[in-house]
Amino acid sequence: MNRIKSLFERKHSNILNVYFTAGYPNLEDTFEIALGLEGCGVDIIELGMPYSDPLADGPTIQESGSRALKNGMTLDILFTQIEKLREQSELPLILMGYFNQVMQYGDKKFFERCKAVGVDGLILPDLPLHVFERDYHQLFKELELTISFLITPQTPDSRIRKIDSLTTGFIYVVSSYAITGAKKGIQPYQIDYFKRINAMELSNPKLIGFGISDHKTFTIACEYAEGAIIGSAFIKALGGLGSLPERINAFISNIKMKEEINS
Amino acid sequence: MIHPATNSAYQVDDLGFYGEFGGSYIPEMLYHNVEYLRKNYLNIIYEDQFQKEFKDLLKNYVGRPTPLYFAKRLSSHFGTNIWLKREDLNHTGAHKVNNTIGQILLAQRLGKKRIIAETGAGQHGVATATVCALKGIECIVYMGSVDIERQAPNVSRMKMLGAKVIPAESGSKTLKDATNEAIRDWINNPEDTHYIIGSVVGPHPYPDMVARFQSVISEEMKWQLKEQIGSENPDAIIACVGGGSNAAGAYYHYLDNENVRLVAVEAAGLGIHSGESAATSVLGTKGIIHGSRTLLMQTEDGQIIEPYSLSAGLDYPGIGPLHSHLIQTGRAEAISITDDEAMDAVFLCSRKEGIIPALETAHAIAALEKMIYKDSDHIVINLSGRGDKDLGTFIKYIADHEQD
Repeated sequence: MNRIKSLFERKHSNILNVYFTAGYPNLEDTFEIALGLEGCGVDIIELGMPYSDPLADGPTIQESGSRALKNGMTLDILFTQIEKLREQSELPLILMGYFNQVMQYGDKKFFERCKAVGVDGLILPDLPLHVFERDYHQLFKELELTISFLITPQTPDSRIRKIDSLTTGFIYVVSSYAITGAKKGIQPYQIDYFKRINAMELSNPKLIGFGISDHKTFTIACEYAEGAIIGSAFIKALGGLGSLPERINAFISNIKMKEEINS
Repeated sequence: MIHPATNSAYQVDDLGFYGEFGGSYIPEMLYHNVEYLRKNYLNIIYEDQFQKEFKDLLKNYVGRPTPLYFAKRLSSHFGTNIWLKREDLNHTGAHKVNNTIGQILLAQRLGKKRIIAETGAGQHGVATATVCALKGIECIVYMGSVDIERQAPNVSRMKMLGAKVIPAESGSKTLKDATNEAIRDWINNPEDTHYIIGSVVGPHPYPDMVARFQSVISEEMKWQLKEQIGSENPDAIIACVGGGSNAAGAYYHYLDNENVRLVAVEAAGLGIHSGESAATSVLGTKGIIHGSRTLLMQTEDGQIIEPYSLSAGLDYPGIGPLHSHLIQTGRAEAISITDDEAMDAVFLCSRKEGIIPALETAHAIAALEKMIYKDSDHIVINLSGRGDKDLGTFIKYIADHEQD
């Protein structure tokens, strides 16, 4: 069974999805970071495919991507790294990137390769809903890959319903008007928005992302969704001092603080 | 006024495609604004009051119609009939203002209080800052930090006009990165802000909307030619293409008239295969840039390549989806011109006609050297901008070549 679907069947709260850019800070760090995150009890890993022009991302993720590209990261290297990771890990794994990368690789070939190396799902923020429905919906079913579409405070209810009907895995709830990495905390209008989404009783689970950076924001997000996604804050932590495992442990313990104290 | 029918093979379809190019490949965070624009842009811009104000400003503020001038000495130099469509005589010195006038009126009707724009050479930035000053609206222009250095006079002009110029420090720090930063600003400020894109690029409806605002160029050409040569149709229209807005405007009313040759001139930089080029139609492959499926320069792994041209207005790694379609279907022919060839054309036009063209525009003039035409042909060159902004580049070029 698809690892993401199986995760959401057994766990319904406090799900922690951590994003990092493949090939950052060093080309071969992907493996160690992924295993480090698994060791800390992270539920889902979202691997970013570094891209020259990541429109939906802020400076932190773009810079990590530029660095990864300078390190020599390519999609083929990434697929090989994931293959190696799968020898040791059964953690749910998502690839996040931009549709141009998929098209240039060859769309069908790309998705088949994802399946072959053990990727469970995809997030492609600039893939239009109608293009997915027309060209890839069936293929994703056949390959048992999940797709997560984004919703924002401006997405109308009718479109949220449509997104819910095409999404498999989870809906990516963009917390605010923002690119990734914006530091604002969580405002009252965002809470209203989370409540509005909850009241819709969607068929997919939801993870809240963008602006989730610490224990406090993670905890609030978990009150209104099955869990949350952390990206830029973790990338910043990876660029910090200490060995990789130390940086990862320190960051994740800090995020999960309350959960650990309670348990 | 009823907007023109869209039953042409070269007009955008309902989903925003020109053949297989175009569309709207954007993150959900932009969907609301772009979709609202898509649903409403035609109704807004063809509304009577809008057209009245648009035409009034083009006439009394911009200075339209721009002349269609028979270039006698260039004609005898090339042995054919050459007409220059003088977009350089527009207020702010280029065709860019046709679009910014249209979009500022649109922004007002959308109730937007804040304008953002990207700029490469600074011409679109200046044209945007100008209309924002005209309407008293806040203006923020994103410009690559590399371009800020090489286009200092235009940076000063924008500041003089009250705009805030924000350097784009990401990626390669040029036009494509300025565009990324502008898009990110729009994601962060979706409610009060309108994004004035400067070319026929970006997600649908931008390429079509910008082409419609620029279409005044070919609308005038038609009656001006009729008046001067007795026929509305030239044999060929030549225009330079970075993103392609001046070309789209110069072609627009001739797209379906297959007797009129359309020539798209790209920047070959130091030579098409030199590794320092912006000749997208030759070097590009199908992909997505800034929300549009088009031809673009990219690596095998789908990373966008930074192009090169001496002219900051032509070094965009893609071309507008309309142009990809025109070139792919053979409707337009693409010609590439190097930096040196363009510089020769700058001097030729200056000394033969007393007109110093923009470096971008000079690429279009240089294309005559590479085209086959008849003595009796009437060829229109869209003289998209004036060369004042490039004086620094010209002076440096002369100095460098005197040393050789």
